[in-house]
Amino acid sequence: MAISFKVNGIEQSFDGDPTMPVLWYVRDVLNLHGTKFGCGTGQCGACTVHIDGSATRGCLLSVDAVAGKEITTIEGLDSEGNHPVQKAWRAMNVPQCGYCQSGQIMSAAAFLSSTPKPTDDQIDQSMAGNICRCGCYQRIHEAVAMAATDTTEG
Amino acid sequence: MKSHIEQEILHQIAGHDRSANNTAPLFDISKVNRRQFLKITGSTASLVIGMQLVPKTALAFDPYPTGAEGMPHKTVTDPQVFVAIDSDGTVTLTAHRSEMGTGSRTSVPMILADEMEADWSQVKIVQAEGDEPKYGNQDTDGSRSLRHYIQPMRQMGASVRYMLEQAAAVEWGTDASNVKATNHKVHMIGSDGNPTGESLGYGELAKVAMALDVPSFEMLSFKTDDEFRYLGKGEIPIVDLHDITTGKARYGADYTTEGMKFAVVARPPVVGASVKSFDSSETLKIPGVENVVEIAGSMPPAKFAPLGGIAVVANNTWAAIKGREALKVEWSESLHDAYNTTAFAEQMRATAKKPGKVMRSVGDPDGAFASAKKVIAHEYYQPHMQHAQMEPLVAVADYKEGKLDIWAPVQSPYGARTDVAKALGLKPEQVTVNVSLLGGGFGRKSKCDYVIEAAIVSKEIGAPVKLQWTREDDIKHGFYHTTSVERLEAAIDDNNKVIGWRHRSVSPTIFSTFMPDPGFTSDLEAGMGLVDTPIGVENMSIESGEAKSHTRIGWFRAVSNIPRAWGVQSFIAELAHELGRDPKEMLLELIGPDRKIDPVAADMKDLWNYGEPYEEFPNDTSRLRGVIELAAEKAGWGKTLPEGEALGIAAHRSFVTYVASVVKVKTASDGSISIPEVHTAVDCGFCVNPERVASQMEGAAVMGMTVAMYSGINYENGAVTNSNFHDYPVARISEYPKKVHTHIVEHPFSVHATGIGEPGVPPFAPALANAIFAASGNRLRDLPFGESVG
Ligand code: FES
Ligand code: FES
Repeated sequence: MAISFKVNGIEQSFDGDPTMPVLWYVRDVLNLHGTKFGCGTGQCGACTVHIDGSATRGCLLSVDAVAGKEITTIEGLDSEGNHPVQKAWRAMNVPQCGYCQSGQIMSAAAFLSSTPKPTDDQIDQSMAGNICRCGCYQRIHEAVAMAATDTTEG
Repeated sequence: MKSHIEQEILHQIAGHDRSANNTAPLFDISKVNRRQFLKITGSTASLVIGMQLVPKTALAFDPYPTGAEGMPHKTVTDPQVFVAIDSDGTVTLTAHRSEMGTGSRTSVPMILADEMEADWSQVKIVQAEGDEPKYGNQDTDGSRSLRHYIQPMRQMGASVRYMLEQAAAVEWGTDASNVKATNHKVHMIGSDGNPTGESLGYGELAKVAMALDVPSFEMLSFKTDDEFRYLGKGEIPIVDLHDITTGKARYGADYTTEGMKFAVVARPPVVGASVKSFDSSETLKIPGVENVVEIAGSMPPAKFAPLGGIAVVANNTWAAIKGREALKVEWSESLHDAYNTTAFAEQMRATAKKPGKVMRSVGDPDGAFASAKKVIAHEYYQPHMQHAQMEPLVAVADYKEGKLDIWAPVQSPYGARTDVAKALGLKPEQVTVNVSLLGGGFGRKSKCDYVIEAAIVSKEIGAPVKLQWTREDDIKHGFYHTTSVERLEAAIDDNNKVIGWRHRSVSPTIFSTFMPDPGFTSDLEAGMGLVDTPIGVENMSIESGEAKSHTRIGWFRAVSNIPRAWGVQSFIAELAHELGRDPKEMLLELIGPDRKIDPVAADMKDLWNYGEPYEEFPNDTSRLRGVIELAAEKAGWGKTLPEGEALGIAAHRSFVTYVASVVKVKTASDGSISIPEVHTAVDCGFCVNPERVASQMEGAAVMGMTVAMYSGINYENGAVTNSNFHDYPVARISEYPKKVHTHIVEHPFSVHATGIGEPGVPPFAPALANAIFAASGNRLRDLPFGESVG
């Protein structure tokens, strides 16, 4: 039986392997390549998407678990790519190779919507599930703090 | 002199066995024809103007030789290859080096844009495919992109500016000395020396300008340092910034083609083992799985050949992964079945205690040690490490009717092209390698085994395929950073002076991946912080002990500099402690007086020097001292710190760049540590892009943190026991050094620009260990520290 859900606001239904993780579904079936594969075991955060607004690791979540839900990938975060987090990321020149950054941005965006005025420790704790092997952490931290100001002021 | 085979392997490591049939040497000014006729061809009909061409200003820089001359296919300085200008003014520049996070895809073309007076907002970057005869060397490795390309980029920029000015002069019927190119326009200059207000845009001039003969170097004028628009400013964001933040940037796995299949491979757990038998019956029952393909194995030394195994081909990645789980494979035995890294470490330590092969000897080391009042000796261990770049290996291959198209994240696209062609029995002309962005490389993506696998599978199944490595595949089937024991000994006289120095390094060599295992570190590896040490003790012996390799050894960001800096810089702080000295003063004293080390007098005749001519890129201890003093001063070295806080220092020259790190450590009451700040001073000659230099130094501190605290690949029964980030952890945001301050030594263009991708890594771990010791008295000599701290 086909499973139905929304991806970036568009109705989708899937009748393939219901155990397929959302990561591989969006990448291989929908060709939405912004969501990245990093570890496949929930440890790196490269695959982070929003499920009904909460940051979730797409590599561990099978499609049958998202029936009726709303999936947002980096491509759907903001139609212009101008979410405060994305803008802060650009203002701080955060990325090096960039591979982890979709996941970082999706984690930060969900975190700030639930914690609009985070402390430094809260930023580090909430972002600790996202690995950046290039080591952009200092700028990730600063960009999250900057985006927080933008969200609270805007 | 290096033997022929060694030279051959140097080339292999530097960029594969390609014949270096190439263009004329860089800046061949012997062939200058001062009187040149401009030929303007194309739709504007042929007109020929005779004109005396005199350089408008003296050369703003003296060309200097670099190691690019020793690289396969050297450099290309033809702007027609790298620059295109549209009639709307869009300037398209080709990035021919791979982008893996250093920013070279921005910084290298930016040099050309600056010199040609292009407006960066009208510049577009396209990525070159793997084609070294066309673009020059593309092997993005060894922190070489800027070092080797700053001059060719400036030359091409000046050439295009010259051509645009000539075209405008023709258009206006005036002499080229009456025009000047500035910010995407050529302006007419009046007799008063000021612009008349009349100008032509680059787009308007493009067609005529780009049809002109390319001027020779001597005809060019160059900008002076104060005329740079972008260089040295750090104001240009990386070109992929918007795409990265919106998920549009394309990495290796982000390519699809019509009818593309997905594959993962089951590989032998031990290097040298191969498929004995396999049963794919359960695999083929998995919905979506279509096929299995056997990939032939390779016997060491296998260079970059695949390990062999069974590829599971499916219509999506998930099905391929599940299919592989259901696969039953029996692997053959291997020569390396007994490899155990705990036992091997003990073996290396034992070897390090015995005299080794002397690679460099100064004065009378044996005499100094015999006459010493006391001898201080310690050993420093470093395990194998794996790159763990964020993007696991992946390649898309499409083999059709004798033609192979590849899309892949590769550090050496032409190397991959020639190696893949060879593996499939094709000519390089039959293979195209398209280069995606690299989600990190750190050396792993210069070894193209994964690309060859994809090509073999595509040919076998007759369809395009995306061959994906999982994180476990990456960690278990890598080319590993070598493991090492560095033994340091100092002979101390009655006045507590260091009169003898011995450094014995025991570590399997990278060369074992390319040739029958020589069993000793190579000249190339010894040139990374062993024989080229800046330590200036009167009596020194630099030695290498035998260690055989039992896996695929490859290069990892900063290569042998990591263990060498780890040993030497930790040992110096230990000496300081034992002799009651300040660690920074001890370090400066051991380096000795400012000098450009004379390699012959210092018995370093075969010094590799990162492939660079020594006269141009000497080992200059005044620059090492400079970064030590700068980092120390910025960090407040010598000031009293609150209880539980302390500083550690380390400095190292690598890839002809000088870096010093001062790490501050804070110990909590439960013994755990944190790193509130790091001051990194870097001397990379003329600095093209300070903003990216800072980002590299910040990243190097995080990677250095991982090297110090977490990284260790272990083997049991010949197989890697680590598998994913839970047992091969890397630093996370909660553990990163809170603030890394980068201090760049400012230099004019005349101080040769050097690379920054790697040199930030080596000093970090010893600086951290020295800080931990200063804060807590806990001296750490084995990497990674893991449980030994907090
Ligand atoms: S790929 Fe999902 S957490 Fe790493
Ligand atoms: S930017 Fe490269 S992994 Fe984060």
